[in-house]
Amino acid sequence: MSNDTKKIILDPLVDNNPIGLQVLGVCSALAVTTNLGTALVMTLALTSVTAFSNLSISLIRNHVPSAIRIIVQMTIIASLVIVVDQVLKAYVYDLSKQLSVFVGLIITNCIVMGRAEAFAMKNPPGVSFFDGIGNGLGYGLVLMLVGTFRELFGSGKLFGIEILTTVSDGGWYVPNGLMLLPPSAFFIIGLLIWALRAWRPVQVETADFKIKEVNGTEAV
Amino acid sequence: MPNENQSKPSAWNFLALPNDSTAKTFIMATLVCLVCAVFVSVSAVALKPLQVLNKELDKKKNILQVAGLYQDGDDIEAAFSKIDIKLIELATGEYTTEYDAATYDERTAAKDPELNVLIEKSDDLAGIRMRPKYMPVYQVKDEGVVKQLILPVNGYGLWSTLYGFIALETDGQTIIGLSYYEHGETPGLGGEVDNPKWKKIWAGKKVYADNGDVAIEVIKGMVIPGSAGEQHHVDGLAGATLTSRGVSNMLEYWMGSEGYKHYLTKIQANGV
Repeated sequence: MSNDTKKIILDPLVDNNPIGLQVLGVCSALAVTTNLGTALVMTLALTSVTAFSNLSISLIRNHVPSAIRIIVQMTIIASLVIVVDQVLKAYVYDLSKQLSVFVGLIITNCIVMGRAEAFAMKNPPGVSFFDGIGNGLGYGLVLMLVGTFRELFGSGKLFGIEILTTVSDGGWYVPNGLMLLPPSAFFIIGLLIWALRAWRPVQVETADFKIKEVNGTEAV
Repeated sequence: MPNENQSKPSAWNFLALPNDSTAKTFIMATLVCLVCAVFVSVSAVALKPLQVLNKELDKKKNILQVAGLYQDGDDIEAAFSKIDIKLIELATGEYTTEYDAATYDERTAAKDPELNVLIEKSDDLAGIRMRPKYMPVYQVKDEGVVKQLILPVNGYGLWSTLYGFIALETDGQTIIGLSYYEHGETPGLGGEVDNPKWKKIWAGKKVYADNGDVAIEVIKGMVIPGSAGEQHHVDGLAGATLTSRGVSNMLEYWMGSEGYKHYLTKIQANGV
């Protein structure tokens, strides 16, 4: 693997994370992270959709009329999502039942659309494909982190395997119900972004405006 | 791909058109739609048989689970051969052969105007608005003798309609198990209807009171051993009042005279 490809795949993991830096795709990150199993399948589904949508959009990028480019991208993405959903239903039925509507909602995931518009429309197919994989993995990394916290503290398990024995099963751990509700993912993602930006201060955005200091004696 | 169209056959000449011309916009839109449509249809048709199989297996697995006949890794079809499917008409409680029980799907039937009954709002305890006229009954046999009756139930919880099965002994009164195969309740709260510990509590509970009313109920908090009505009461799910109430209501509906009561009364009087 050449250095360029490596960089394209690894960059979105930390330096240009779709959730961490670009703050895209947060909505689905709230929904599918109550346990690691669904988070993993969602990651795989999104990675394959992003990779192949990037690839196909990049293939036709020079012939897409700009007036209809968004709808062309959407058509391609929607088709891929339907196919992924069908494949999941055919081969991992149980998990697809848990993911229910969220696989379908990959269509509206800003990461897929964002990478298609920002990257695949301007770059050759090979690089675009890897960019899709990288961004899918970057999204997945955050999903898995959030999923670990939520499943561990919410139900005392990881991948369905008991780690902390809960009170209802005769153990000592009282599960934190908030962890299983969507707002907890907001808090965790917020804290993750904070941690990420404390570690890599480059990612801190410049403030849009500055609060003006008003001296007490000045007339407002 | 750009600038390579000079030598191509004439059909490809549209590629040479300026991207924003009306003709090219139309041609590109049509082409993208066409290719995508073919791609989606092919995969949908190719994967359909597998999906149908999965769905059937999943339902059978759930029936076997509620009957306590399934461990992970068992051959579902082999275990299912012990089960007879019969159709009953809810209004009379009689068996019917009008439809093929093996292919009858109560969930499709509930939406079919010819096969369903709209439920009066005041009667609609389960919050499902309509129910099929006929329901399948799964009879688990052991050496030719019916040992269990498995009845499909559904009803609204907090977020979603819960679909499941209740297994009864042949006295039409004693519960063997209750299990849901599809719901969208909050994991960890209402989703605890799937908790094996909670499901275990149901075994041995009685559906009807002495006067024939539906008495089975999920109560708030824990059932105190020795309390009145203990054999009709099931511990509530902590933090899931509405799901617990939904479970109570759906049983009250389905075990009542709108549901299986006519059938079960017959069974109680005459045996299976």
